[in-house]
Amino acid sequence: MTAPRVERPGLFYPKLPATWWLRNANYFRFMLRELSSVFIALFLVVFLVQLHRLSQGPGAYAAYLETLRAPGWIIFHVVALAFALYHSVTWFNLTGVVQVVRLGERQVPPRLVAGASFALWAVVSVVLLWFLLRG
Amino acid sequence: MTEETMTLEVTRYRPGHDREPRTQSFTVPYRTDWVVLDALNHIKDRIDGTLSYRWSCRMGVCGSCGMMVNGVPKLTCAAFLRDYRPGPIRVEPLANFPVIRDLVIALDDFMEKLRRVKPWIIRAVEKPVSDGEYLQTPAQLDAYKQFSMCINCMLCYAACPVYGLEPAFLGPAAIALAYRYNLDSRDEGYRLREPVLSEAVGVWECTFVGECSVVCPKGVDPAAAIQRSKLAGATDWLLSMIMPWAGRR
Repeated sequence: MTAPRVERPGLFYPKLPATWWLRNANYFRFMLRELSSVFIALFLVVFLVQLHRLSQGPGAYAAYLETLRAPGWIIFHVVALAFALYHSVTWFNLTGVVQVVRLGERQVPPRLVAGASFALWAVVSVVLLWFLLRG
Repeated sequence: MTEETMTLEVTRYRPGHDREPRTQSFTVPYRTDWVVLDALNHIKDRIDGTLSYRWSCRMGVCGSCGMMVNGVPKLTCAAFLRDYRPGPIRVEPLANFPVIRDLVIALDDFMEKLRRVKPWIIRAVEKPVSDGEYLQTPAQLDAYKQFSMCINCMLCYAACPVYGLEPAFLGPAAIALAYRYNLDSRDEGYRLREPVLSEAVGVWECTFVGECSVVCPKGVDPAAAIQRSKLAGATDWLLSMIMPWAGRR
């Protein structure tokens, strides 16, 4: 923690209201992105429970899968997937801004860096899908 | 024919009299070539001489006339009335800064932070003038050029909610300028700036809202400078852990 600011008499010190993130669309999008981590964390907890049930045997696992078929859980997973995609897409869009890639004396355009990240993401996803669905 | 007019809702604050700022409306003539600063000058010259605000060059170079125009940080010398028709236009002091009077904010905090990052070329040993200039290739210039366009107008601080919530945050412009000198091939001051940048209220305070880069009137991307500084700092730290014997830059 830093020491609180010493306020000089006579000056007016504005306070940022708790609703600052409703002031413009960029602030709101930022807040959505921060919120996405909550849903990703919740999904991971559900996933860990799923692994735990798997360790308890086929019966326990089947019962858990049946629980997850409830409409509430399906809605949760759809929302969590939407947030995970939003987080991933915004993350990859930022790679070009953050990571400066140079080829000789020239800087690779940020869009190309982001594009390469998206391409790599797609390739890894396809390989994983193939691995999971092949049999 | 009656003259076309526009209304400006201007924040007023008289230290010692007002407990908090209030709004006063002024009606000014509408001219297509007028900017908000022209309207403020009209108010000061013709309507109310007590209105206080800063300005100097009127051409987007000095960085003095930054204010909130309809809630967005703007250089008022570059904010045309015609873009806000039919009005009214809300003119407030730059957000997140203490207000001294009317539209004048206190600069001390920013000036102190600017000094702290040592935004000048630092050499381990200065070479004598007789040895000539420090030469630089166009590519070396390109590496930092956009960050050198900063005019210290502080619009980025007014756009930054992190600075609004934590005034100790070093802030976008100061970090962008530190980064600009760190990137300069003539500079040798990285080690001196690094402790300031890597403080808790340095680059790591930034949560990458990104609005600083959106409002910058000179096309600087402070958000990128901050994230790249984080990357450089983290890489530096990692290398020092893996190879403590290696010389760091």
